[in-house]
Amino acid sequence: MPNPGLHLAVEIDGDGAHPAASRRADPLAVSRRVRAVAAIAENAGFTLATVDDEPSNSGIGAVERAAFIAAATSTLGIVPTVSTTYTEPFHVSSQLASIDHISVGRAGWLVSESTAAETARAWGRPLVDDTRREARDATRVVRDLWDSWEDDAVVRDVATSRYLDRDRLHYIDFVGETFSVKGPAIVPRSPQGQLVVFAPADLLPPELVDVTLTSETTRAATPLTFTEIEVALSTPQATAGERIAELGPWPERGRLRYAGSADGLVALLTDLAGAVDGVRLHPLVLNEDLAVLSQLVVPALIRGGVAARPIPGASLRTTLGLPRPVSRFQESAR
Amino acid sequence: MTDVPYPDATLHFGVFFQGVNHWTIWSAPESGSQLDPASFRRVAQTAERGLFDAFFLGEGLRLREVDGRIHDLDVAGRPDAITQLSALAAVTDRIGLVSTSNTTFNEPADLARRLSGLDLLSDGRAGWNVVTTDNAWTGENFRRGGFLDHADRYRRAEEFVVAARAIWDGWTADGPQRVQVRSSQFDLDLLPPLPRSAQGHPVIFRAGDSAEGRDFAARHADVIFSAHGNDFDDALAFAQDIRRRLRAAGRPEDDLRILPGTEIIIGATEEEAREKARWVRLQQVTPATALNIAGLVWGFDLSDRDADGPLPTEDPVIAENTGAFGARRVADPRAVVDRWRAESAAHNWSLRETAIALGPQRGHVGTPASLADKFTRFARFGAVHGFNITPYLIPDGLDDIVTLLVPELQERGVYRTSYTGTTLRDHLGLRAPLTRRDPVEQAS
Repeated sequence: MPNPGLHLAVEIDGDGAHPAASRRADPLAVSRRVRAVAAIAENAGFTLATVDDEPSNSGIGAVERAAFIAAATSTLGIVPTVSTTYTEPFHVSSQLASIDHISVGRAGWLVSESTAAETARAWGRPLVDDTRREARDATRVVRDLWDSWEDDAVVRDVATSRYLDRDRLHYIDFVGETFSVKGPAIVPRSPQGQLVVFAPADLLPPELVDVTLTSETTRAATPLTFTEIEVALSTPQATAGERIAELGPWPERGRLRYAGSADGLVALLTDLAGAVDGVRLHPLVLNEDLAVLSQLVVPALIRGGVAARPIPGASLRTTLGLPRPVSRFQESAR
Repeated sequence: MTDVPYPDATLHFGVFFQGVNHWTIWSAPESGSQLDPASFRRVAQTAERGLFDAFFLGEGLRLREVDGRIHDLDVAGRPDAITQLSALAAVTDRIGLVSTSNTTFNEPADLARRLSGLDLLSDGRAGWNVVTTDNAWTGENFRRGGFLDHADRYRRAEEFVVAARAIWDGWTADGPQRVQVRSSQFDLDLLPPLPRSAQGHPVIFRAGDSAEGRDFAARHADVIFSAHGNDFDDALAFAQDIRRRLRAAGRPEDDLRILPGTEIIIGATEEEAREKARWVRLQQVTPATALNIAGLVWGFDLSDRDADGPLPTEDPVIAENTGAFGARRVADPRAVVDRWRAESAAHNWSLRETAIALGPQRGHVGTPASLADKFTRFARFGAVHGFNITPYLIPDGLDDIVTLLVPELQERGVYRTSYTGTTLRDHLGLRAPLTRRDPVEQAS
């Protein structure tokens, strides 16, 4: 089987999925901490790491952390969460394409919307009411900009002194209900052509999405479906239940939740392998649960043939079994 | 010997990975990728080996066009600056990382956070080159459009810098304090997202040549880029003007670093250096590029002419400036054409020869020793604090500067022999950020 049963994603933002996880945070310098967490995820054999964010959050932005991680890793997929509600699609497109260049094709994008009034106030903008429409239009623009340079637009034709073939560059001329964008992009087409686009279920029309993130354990109408699971694992020091109790109430976020031993999680994920294409794990406390995941859970899944390490040099698309798309402008132009 | 006004002056070098226009040679066998992450890493690490202060990236928000068509002769296409620099933070230790970022097409909450993030990921090595844009042509790529008239563009830039500093300064020893900005361009209310870095907050760079641009720098910037770095007298006049403006702004006259952009071409002998410079110019100004440069002077398309033939006989056309790169005509085309014709006739130059000789003159050509002598004079007479060097080749274009010129400068005591600090602010020898000083010392 070319693709393993289950792709393994891990969310590595902040200190963990529990709101009190920061009490257990390691006081490493921020750059060392970002680097160390990414190295643990990569060495364990995770397919990819997601980096959560929201424009009005405290902390370093997901794009900057993802770029830093991209330069510090070699096989791990890197998927920052970037909101589309107030950000400029042109900037978002450039930033994400740059991460794909930096990582030589290991980047994805988790599309999000900003519904908090706090974000509108920070940006000095009126509150956007239809964030879904903005997400749809912004994602269309970002994807069109990624296609606006054909793969071979840089020709370096010494005989005619042309660096570019302008016929292989395209204005996107997007006109939506609330904004328009001309193009083409400022960043040449990236190694994957299109980054792998992740989105929560029902945020975007399926044709704009490669991987749906869902709390269900059945497939969505997109090429791939990953199930969201919060995990609290037993450690040598305490059981999962004891660890949760010590941190206090753990609010529901509409995800599946597993609390128990590493072996139990391995069994659960093995069962899920036929039903969905992957899982995104949200560790209760990043330092503690990521350690158990990387030492016990991921190795057992790989040993059992349920999951596989990314192959060095493979793009994230290749690892996920997704084709590399031709520029949509190239298809229509020729 | 005359009195040297700044006997202890030292030079600060930055490197500008340019990514656009014809100064970067793409056609030579040794021309590498403009986009491969290895190219950026190679240039940044070479600069760090040469004890440079900063690695600097420009910004592109729309591909250049000539006569409504995408300009295809020059290097084009580049990564987002802050994103690329965040990656370089992971593979460098000391060198400053400076992003050119626009105040017209960004928002303070977002850009302040992105720059702070770079500053923290690099442990205090971030810089921000503040630029503005006022044309609707670039605005066509942005959701909010973005046309601002000239006065509003500067007002927004100034208020943007004030807002960014308020956000950076808003995280105090007691944690984040709510920041409210109410100005003509902004109405913001937020909690600062990040604590201060090892250098307080990012170093502010500004390119300035107009009186407005110079005053902006004198009020707000830590470093000014200029085009006044080729001729000693011109550089000195610029530096003296900046010192005057600094005093007028209530700042000490040594509070701003002056780093003109330049190109440095090195040969083992003066003859070899001149030959190399000739090769560089011919690579930069190809026949097609010469016709494009002439087209910008004449105001119409000359791409079907012969670059090795004579100048056009037609009169120049005065075109409207639409903001597109190709629409930015010279100020007085008739005068320029007259000069081109006179010089071409006097020297029997072809169109291409004329474009090379009379186009913008850049940089310095010489042996390591002669260049070191010349730059030592620039520094000790207060004409510059250093140079922002644009390599004409990527990724190896800094190699001879680092291996040949830097040791000559070190021998003359005008260049550091090791990094003494860890932050960009340390390298540049700057005081605390302008908004973080004792109130008595602080600018009004």
